[in-house]
Amino acid sequence: MGSALDIIEAANPPRAVFTDYPLGHTTGMPDDAKDQYELTRAGLEAFKTIVEPGTIKHLERTWTLSGDWKAAALDDSRGDERSPRDETPRYQYEDDRIAAEGD
Amino acid sequence: MTPIRYIDMIRERYSRLGYPVYQWYRAEEPPAWTPLKKPLGESRVGVLCTAGTYVKGQVAYYYKDDTSIRLIPKNTPVSEIRFSHLTEQYLPAARKDPNCVFPIEPLARLEAEGVVGEIADDLLSCMGAVYSQRRTREELIPNVVERFEAQGVDLAFLIPL
Repeated sequence: MGSALDIIEAANPPRAVFTDYPLGHTTGMPDDAKDQYELTRAGLEAFKTIVEPGTIKHLERTWTLSGDWKAAALDDSRGDERSPRDETPRYQYEDDRIAAEGD
Repeated sequence: MTPIRYIDMIRERYSRLGYPVYQWYRAEEPPAWTPLKKPLGESRVGVLCTAGTYVKGQVAYYYKDDTSIRLIPKNTPVSEIRFSHLTEQYLPAARKDPNCVFPIEPLARLEAEGVVGEIADDLLSCMGAVYSQRRTREELIPNVVERFEAQGVDLAFLIPL
């Protein structure tokens, strides 16, 4: 399942489910267990409901959080948001680094 | 409103910034099609999330073509699930609530309800921003396939970031 329709099309998987949500929310909105459950369930049920190879099922969902997320995603003034590309593990928290690697 | 065309958007944005454009993968062959071997409610499901998911205590992903994978036990408490991925701008929601891209709780519920027969004991993760198609094909994908085969899964459920 995914939220980038053109990238799903490029990969052309045998079965796919598309949700028109901002990237980073493939299986639902944060703190919304119902949305997450329904999306995950729709993704799994596509295994049995899709019978034509290459089908991309579009889920009719409504993003109910931040207003115009598409305008924000398309805003070029944001520049390059990628992190530095090197071989240093990037921990979410310093405590994680200590837990994995020690002090 | 029409879906965003990410490939065009990213190509234009990085070109303007003076970077070489991504060589996007585009499938040339028709999709591989495998009919279900058994009903969904009897199938063992393998899961791969590309959001760079790791568990506290595991080594995090690095951002330059890391082709390793992690095994996330399906009974891991949500409070111990973390993410490291090159495009961190897409991670704030998942770092607040991992189920946004790593639906460990919905999957447990769907398993308990019998919608699927079983979720494999470990969910797999990788860091989906590997720029080298060759290394993806020769290192990352064989890692994943080998693990799915060892798990004896009937289906592979892929969840990109």
